Amino acid sequence: MTSRLTTPVYEEMPEDISDRIDQGELLEIALGPHHPSTHGVFRMDVVLDGERVVKLKPVFGYLHRNHEKIAESASYLASMPYTDRLDYICSLSNNWAYALAVEKLAGLQVPERAEYIRVITAELTRLVNHSATIGFLTQEMGASGTPLMYAFREREKILDLFESLTGSRMMCNYMRFGGCRVELPSGWLEQTKKIVEEFPRFLDEYERLLTGNEIFMARSQGVGVLKKNLAINAGITGPMLRASGVNYDIRKVDKYGIYDRFDFKIPLGEHGDVYDRYMIRMLEMRESLKILNQALRDIPAGPIMDPKAKIRGFRPKPGESYGRIESPKGELGFFLISDGSPNPYRYRVRPPSLINLTVLEDMCRGYSVPDTIVIFGTVDIVLGEVDR
Amino acid sequence: MLEEIKVRIESAVPGCQLEIIPNGSPSGQHSLLLDPPHALEVAKFLRDDPELRLDYCSNVTGVDWLDTEQSPGHLEAVYHLYSMEKKHGPIVLRMRTENRSDKVHLPSVTPIWRSAEFQEREIFDLYGIIFDGHPDLRRIMMWDEFEDHPMRKDYVEPDDYEYEPTPHDHVLTRAKEHVERNPQ
Amino acid sequence: MLGEGILKGLAETARNFLGSYVSKDRLTTVQFPEERLPQAEAARNFPFLVYDGSDWQAGLRCVACQICEKECPPKCIFIEKSKDKKPDYMGKPQFYPAVFNIDVSVCMSCQICVEVCPFDAIEMDNAFELSTCDRFGGLLWPKSQLAKSNDYFHQIHPTAASEVDERLAEAKTKADAKTKPLAGAASSTSPQPESASTT
Repeated sequence: MTSRLTTPVYEEMPEDISDRIDQGELLEIALGPHHPSTHGVFRMDVVLDGERVVKLKPVFGYLHRNHEKIAESASYLASMPYTDRLDYICSLSNNWAYALAVEKLAGLQVPERAEYIRVITAELTRLVNHSATIGFLTQEMGASGTPLMYAFREREKILDLFESLTGSRMMCNYMRFGGCRVELPSGWLEQTKKIVEEFPRFLDEYERLLTGNEIFMARSQGVGVLKKNLAINAGITGPMLRASGVNYDIRKVDKYGIYDRFDFKIPLGEHGDVYDRYMIRMLEMRESLKILNQALRDIPAGPIMDPKAKIRGFRPKPGESYGRIESPKGELGFFLISDGSPNPYRYRVRPPSLINLTVLEDMCRGYSVPDTIVIFGTVDIVLGEVDR
Repeated sequence: MLEEIKVRIESAVPGCQLEIIPNGSPSGQHSLLLDPPHALEVAKFLRDDPELRLDYCSNVTGVDWLDTEQSPGHLEAVYHLYSMEKKHGPIVLRMRTENRSDKVHLPSVTPIWRSAEFQEREIFDLYGIIFDGHPDLRRIMMWDEFEDHPMRKDYVEPDDYEYEPTPHDHVLTRAKEHVERNPQ
Repeated sequence: MLGEGILKGLAETARNFLGSYVSKDRLTTVQFPEERLPQAEAARNFPFLVYDGSDWQAGLRCVACQICEKECPPKCIFIEKSKDKKPDYMGKPQFYPAVFNIDVSVCMSCQICVEVCPFDAIEMDNAFELSTCDRFGGLLWPKSQLAKSNDYFHQIHPTAASEVDERLAEAKTKADAKTKPLAGAASSTSPQPESASTT
């Protein structure tokens, strides 16, 4: 059931609409920042014609904590707990991206067992993030809480795994430059294997609940279409890009870590609408389970830290490096400039959520306000990352 | 590889002055310094050239270099480019302003790569580089009436901005006095 | 048939609802505070100082080296070194902290202080029911509130505590072996401590 009863009205933005706003023909209103569906403190200044969106400007900066300036006065290790708080749902991915950038800067080698642990935790983080995103998407469509709580029930099991490994459910602070902080506790691998074996049953249940559901399909198919050329030009990455049909996944392109040893596919979408983005996330969760099965089978014994890496007194040589990973939301990159001192000279986070918001206006123009909330939910932003 | 690209750009865009800035770290990501008058043409060539096809501008960073004895201070914008079609990269470009106080204009690459839109706004907000040709250059992280640029190295926090007194300050002085009063 | 997807979805919801009466897997609510789930062994909340023995002031392991103060990311630890020394578990006279305050409203439980401490003197607690009505003084914890015994450490983190005890006992036997004056060739690389007696 893919027909929409109404089609978008505005194809291009009308040039000057301020007089129409003054005369009362169009309504200018702020959605947010205190809003239950905006994933944090985020404001959208929308100009509405009745219920249709004519113009949309995202406004953020409410959670700006100036992480980059704090990192300039703290040592490299002291910035690691702050990276947990960037995208606070996927803290282990953020840790890995920062560790990767510093390892490129200083030329450290990571031992094999640490690489396997990193892949396992990164794919578990992908499961955690995608289930939360799909749950919140259904919440925004109006299914008040039921699919969300089913997703959170599975998420709790993985967060318990993180707690027994790193000590904390969300702010993990686990990766170090040259490896991982602490060895896996006994029984952790067996527990993870059990959870990975039971996860497909939950995904099948979830698909039965949502994928064929007529209400879900009517609200999501054909809504918020993002064309391929615009997506590439605007620097969109992550599931949004792949839903528009571009085959670009940094795990396959850069082959960072040991991802070239695993056999997994990249799901691609065709239409670039909300339904495609939901399906891409479901399929990516299945691919993550494949990677997890292979990694849990092949993990070797060995050390978990590079013997040349130092915890205190870490001073890389002057230079710069840019390290990036495929975080569940897109390309998360860290750009570091070092001048030989224990603190970085410039520390920059390339936030996927901020760049993905560039096309919010193009996707929402012409749709109604509830559709805007749904489209915004599939962009999948976290304000900790947008504002840093 | 960067040398070949430099030669090709110089032959395609006449009159541009490029310079390769080496990178001391083991990451091996050397960068290409562009001159502002020809930057837009170089960027267009890099995006449209059939061999390079650098259609994805991943990261735009601002850097503040203070005045030293060797060279006057300047602000810098660093661009990381990748190619989604050919799957190669990164190519690192740099553009420098002339000084930190009044000559802070640089051309904006937003007409060529739209992903630079929000990132250049952020550099304008936090560093003060004015990008000519940007469709909507205004503050993004700080509120609109804010003055000064917070990420600069010589930024001084204002005295009168409200903060909550945390227990460190006066409790710390109290603890120090306590130790002096009761020596063990 | 129109509506088939919705009916399948309703069947899923019904299965979850009725299943929650039958299987523990579907009913995941824990009636806190009457029921509590056991915390993982590695769980961490805020730091505490470890002391050996029964006297918390004499047995405190911390020697006020101030490494944790320097490495703490939000700078929430405040240490003042004492002027005199007291003997530690090996008998060697060491400084001790006259003032050791942790500002818990700033602490982000990152555990870096535990990682860098060379004397295993600070470890992570897992108590989380810590609310107080005093927003400023009540959240600045002095040494007396932070010091907890080694037995408590064994209770909350058994494997980590036994590992630390083993390491310290090993270091003590090595140090004792070096101070024996009658043993054959003492190792020439490490300097001899002046006072040989440990009591």
